[in-house]
Amino acid sequence: MKLQEYTESKYNFEECMKCTVCTAYCPVLQVNPLYPGPKQAGPDGERLRLKDPYFFNYALKYCMNCKRCEVVCPSGVKVADLIQAARIKYDRSKPKLRDRILASTDFMGSLARPFAPVVNGVTGLGITKTALDTLLKIERQRTFPRYSARSFEAWLRRREKEQAAFPEQVSYFHGCYVNYNEPKLGKDLVKVLNALGVGVRLLEKEKCCGIALITNGMSEDATRHARHNVSVLRKAVSEGRKVVTTSSSCTLTLRDEYPNLLGVDNADVRDALLMATRYIFERIEAGAQLRFRTDYHRKVAYHVPCHMERLGWGIFSEKLLRMIPGLEFTLLDSACCGMAGTYGFKKENYAASQAVGAPLFEQIRAVSPDIVACDCETCKWQIEMSTGYTVQNPVSILADALDE
Amino acid sequence: MDAQEFDVIIIGGGITGAGTQRDCAMRGLRTLLIERSDIATGATGRNHGLLHSGARYAVNDPESAEECIKENRILRRIAAHCIDETDGLFITLPEDDLGYQQTFVDACRKAGIDAEIIDPELACRLDPSVNPQLTGAVKVPDGSVDPFRLCAANMLDAKLHGGQVRLHTEVTGFLREGDTLQGVRTRNRQTGETADYYAPVIVNACGIWGQPVARMAGVDIGMYPAKGALLVFAHRVNSLVINRCRKPSNADILVPGDTVCIIGTTSTRIPFEECDNVAVTPDEVNLLITEGAKLAPALSSTRILRAYAGVRPLVSVDNDPTGRNISRGIVCLDHETRDGLKGFITITGGKLMTYRLMAEIATDAVCRKLGVEKACETAFRPLPGSEERSYEAVAQKIWESPSTAQKAAAARMGTSAARISKNDRFDKALICECEEVSVGEINDAIDRLEVSTLTDLRRRTRIGMGTCQGEFCACRAAGLLAKAHGCVEKERSDLADFLQERWKGNFPIGWGDTLREAEYTQWVYKHVLGL
Repeated sequence: MKLQEYTESKYNFEECMKCTVCTAYCPVLQVNPLYPGPKQAGPDGERLRLKDPYFFNYALKYCMNCKRCEVVCPSGVKVADLIQAARIKYDRSKPKLRDRILASTDFMGSLARPFAPVVNGVTGLGITKTALDTLLKIERQRTFPRYSARSFEAWLRRREKEQAAFPEQVSYFHGCYVNYNEPKLGKDLVKVLNALGVGVRLLEKEKCCGIALITNGMSEDATRHARHNVSVLRKAVSEGRKVVTTSSSCTLTLRDEYPNLLGVDNADVRDALLMATRYIFERIEAGAQLRFRTDYHRKVAYHVPCHMERLGWGIFSEKLLRMIPGLEFTLLDSACCGMAGTYGFKKENYAASQAVGAPLFEQIRAVSPDIVACDCETCKWQIEMSTGYTVQNPVSILADALDE
Repeated sequence: MDAQEFDVIIIGGGITGAGTQRDCAMRGLRTLLIERSDIATGATGRNHGLLHSGARYAVNDPESAEECIKENRILRRIAAHCIDETDGLFITLPEDDLGYQQTFVDACRKAGIDAEIIDPELACRLDPSVNPQLTGAVKVPDGSVDPFRLCAANMLDAKLHGGQVRLHTEVTGFLREGDTLQGVRTRNRQTGETADYYAPVIVNACGIWGQPVARMAGVDIGMYPAKGALLVFAHRVNSLVINRCRKPSNADILVPGDTVCIIGTTSTRIPFEECDNVAVTPDEVNLLITEGAKLAPALSSTRILRAYAGVRPLVSVDNDPTGRNISRGIVCLDHETRDGLKGFITITGGKLMTYRLMAEIATDAVCRKLGVEKACETAFRPLPGSEERSYEAVAQKIWESPSTAQKAAAARMGTSAARISKNDRFDKALICECEEVSVGEINDAIDRLEVSTLTDLRRRTRIGMGTCQGEFCACRAAGLLAKAHGCVEKERSDLADFLQERWKGNFPIGWGDTLREAEYTQWVYKHVLGL
């Protein structure tokens, strides 16, 4: 045993030098004085919680888990993980019905899809919003994501043979949003990958990544999802395929939250799991070519979602967008939109959520682009609702610009 | 104008002195406590902070063991806010003789200590940090005690009973008339002012410094100093006290105290001249880590915050050079019968655990001299702050939904936390972020607990005792002290002294993150604040 050759601590909490840069960059702390801030909630609070779980602070629920604290930490402390892990371990409050509904993206999607036109009509009604607001404390000012009448899974399943004909294959973890709300994004991905000579396959029945379950206090359900997903990912990877995704939050959950927060080992599949933009960029770097339309003219402002920042992969989406001739590119300042998945839907968080996003909204209005590009669906909801600008996934923008 | 005449003067602001003053004051005496530095600066504040069950002494020193378990039970009642009732384990490792376990348990039971042999697997479940190679485990009612808090609470209660306290004041000589001591001549070490105080009885409660003080009065006490070194780890690795089930030896106790854990100790005889400035050597650090990792393997890769050493006030009874086999028994000397010097009592030996009993014995002796007949009440009257048994109960009574800082204040101040309950936004702001100490708590300490320097403040509130070692709290607290004392210049040098003192403890273990943090602290104070 080498004594004191190195030191280690859970999520590196003892490497915190108290420099407080995480607190300076925390979007929540700037708008919500009830939140103790990442340093207090994370490494500082951990010492007290180790003394006695009684010192757990329920104000930790205000953390959006945007991970900006981890991105800025010069000492490698996994601040947000510490906070989420503490919530998982010590928070004894039962999730409310509202939180269960918001977190069950998979279940709600499968319920709503068959009646999509009706559901979409009803959720848009003022009376529905008032009811949800009063009964469930879901903020009335929110616009709800629309459901699609046909699922992406059904669409792709009908094209299995056609996709199998491509010389190369990837598996696609589409996530709940593409499946139930915006199958078009999945179709756009198929279009772009097909143009690169790559066929797209479904995984063997993926489940929701579980991010909303984790943040809403249902980590046991999330762990069940994680075990299932890792096993289907493992199958695809063992057959030699990469797995691509179009949502930065699903990706972060599958790659990092599974082992770090849920204790589900994914070491053998983690490296094969990529955001589609990274995969496409790497193919192009390796010599593949995409042909773009010459008549494509758009002004695009790219917002890097927080979880994309944490992955460190915003650069791939940016590089791809910049390849499109006729695309006038603006990189928006690094900032959180304030949505944070289900966080912004909750009545008690609405004001904070809007306040966090305000600087971003202001910049978008100043740039006044044709399209805002963004790899995250919940950022999309927030930005579209708050600014009126259209938000598209970089993959959809690529698909639009392709010369067919 | 302060009174100059008292019934009893106590020299020494360690736990024995503070406890004696409390007892005397509760028995209606006019008391004065004189301390040349701050409370709990000697052995009181430089040990494990272990609430002994007595088990450690059961085999070799049954008398001490019995005292310990009795006082252990009393302290749980009267000093709840200073105590953490963690329980403790005595573990046998493969290199130890498992046969000793039975001898140990028998001795414990004889002394009245509730010692229970448990399955090693159960021990690992009770405290997952324990060395999984253990071959045996015994559970005992050990715990941890915050000596600073305990000392401050005794001093505070003495004051509430009319006692007076002079800190940073040294005794420069005794005033005597023939064979009778009548008072002391003192000098304030901060202001240089001198003053004489008179009392028919003077109690020498100076720990190891009792010998030079007694010599000043013309009597000799054979004491020798034994240094013990300890290491503070940055967080609680263990949840129970972990001891080795063998003959007491080096570095075989790991105590979870407040937000940290402490491994110790060593025992080395040192010359008297070194008592005022003990330093921890690399060999001691090495020994503590090596032996500590045997109790809890995680210590080999856990960040260390600081190293410190104390001096045991052992009274010479035999010629054992290590000081291990000596009785830690209480020694109360009436110098009238022993040396023919009237009005002088020395109370020494003993340990933190038995301070209350020592105070009772000393106070009994004082009362005999003064002809006062009043029974001791310290065994059942709770210290100020300890009126509730748990900090959960305290916090819940004061605040509807307490924040972490408020919970932490309740844990440190006990029921006194109610004093900071109605404070405003400024008062709620944090001074120390590591230990969550608020402005209100600091100001309360300045108001009530005789604070003149940042180091004094640290002993009363835990500022500067967390991971950052004063990096953030020191300058903020210095601002509050400067305001309270109305002097910025003095506070500036106090701040420098405080940081120097923190570095002294970091230096022997100055590597890894602790070195990085110290370097960062230096940038902040030198380059940002321009100190």
